[in-house]
Amino acid sequence: MSERQIQIEVLRYNPETDIEPTIQAYTVSCLNEWVVLDALNYIKDNLDATLSYRWSCHMAVCGSCGMMINGEPKLACKAFIHEYSDRIRVEPLVHFPIKRDLITDIEDFIAKFASVKPYLIPKEKRPISDGEYQQKPEDLLKFKQYTLCINCMLCYSACPKYGLVPEFIGPAAISIAHRYNQDSRDGGRHHRQEIIASSEGVWECSFVGACSEVCPKHVDPAGALQQVKLASTIDWYREHLMPWVKK
Amino acid sequence: MGKKMNKNSYIREVPRASWFLKQPRYIRYMAREVTSLFIGAYTLMLVIAIKRVAEGPDAFQNFLEILYSPLGILFNISTLLAALYHSTSWFNVTPQAMPIQWGEEFVSGRIIVGAHYIIWIAISILILVFGV
Repeated sequence: MSERQIQIEVLRYNPETDIEPTIQAYTVSCLNEWVVLDALNYIKDNLDATLSYRWSCHMAVCGSCGMMINGEPKLACKAFIHEYSDRIRVEPLVHFPIKRDLITDIEDFIAKFASVKPYLIPKEKRPISDGEYQQKPEDLLKFKQYTLCINCMLCYSACPKYGLVPEFIGPAAISIAHRYNQDSRDGGRHHRQEIIASSEGVWECSFVGACSEVCPKHVDPAGALQQVKLASTIDWYREHLMPWVKK
Repeated sequence: MGKKMNKNSYIREVPRASWFLKQPRYIRYMAREVTSLFIGAYTLMLVIAIKRVAEGPDAFQNFLEILYSPLGILFNISTLLAALYHSTSWFNVTPQAMPIQWGEEFVSGRIIVGAHYIIWIAISILILVFGV
């Protein structure tokens, strides 16, 4: 197993003592098959126990270890050391306030995510005795890719619009709304449209496409947002040109 | 570059004027956006052309002479290049915005993009053959 000396430069910030963040460098002997998260764990366990960061599953499922690695939003558990040079800069996800070291304040995202009603709102109430809702494979295909989102927030860090206009509901939240709108069992689209078709919603997006480029689960939020724009535009024309047509 | 919030969190501010220089993908995006200025300028030129036609043959001849000048040709070539970049960059993202589902599968993005190019080429040929 080959090893390499890597200088890991980590952004450090302690809200109790620091006025602003600083960069601290650690030299770590990394195995070639390590990911950046392994290097951080090595630092935490052996060099500096005060280093703070979030992680859980180490397998790109939990979405906790999103951070900027050499300026690119990445999951630290999916960023392989062998893809980098001997110096790696690790910073907390941009566009989010830093709470401590690599830990960001994600309250804004959580509030926006909840605001789009990311759950099934059935078309009509049915008693449990009627059995399960049925769905064909072609119905599932319409939204399946959007269910793969792990809420890692890399898309919010990649999105320059979210950085410039923090009110923007953002890629992941609008994608999950689109996921339920596309679901044949759901009847809650008009509830979600109020939020996602507003000016802070999908119309703040100008299709930079960075969200989809960085998404570790290939959700393609940029695609979802354009589809929401298209559907909302059709709504507008229907409403103004054909008011007699029922929605 | 940043500031402290009341909850002691630290905010890194995004530079308003230079944010797009941080990433090549942002530069590509800005390039696509800037090309629309060329297309806007070309549209304005067409409006001026209509005005010159209305003013009579002399005015239109003057207008054509300006178009045939080196600056006029440079403007046309740069607008053509900008329009090509603008059109292709949008064609290439159409499968994301307009996916087509065929039963239990999505139609390949290549077919959707390809159809755009084929229609584009066909219309260009039609204009070249019948429009001139």
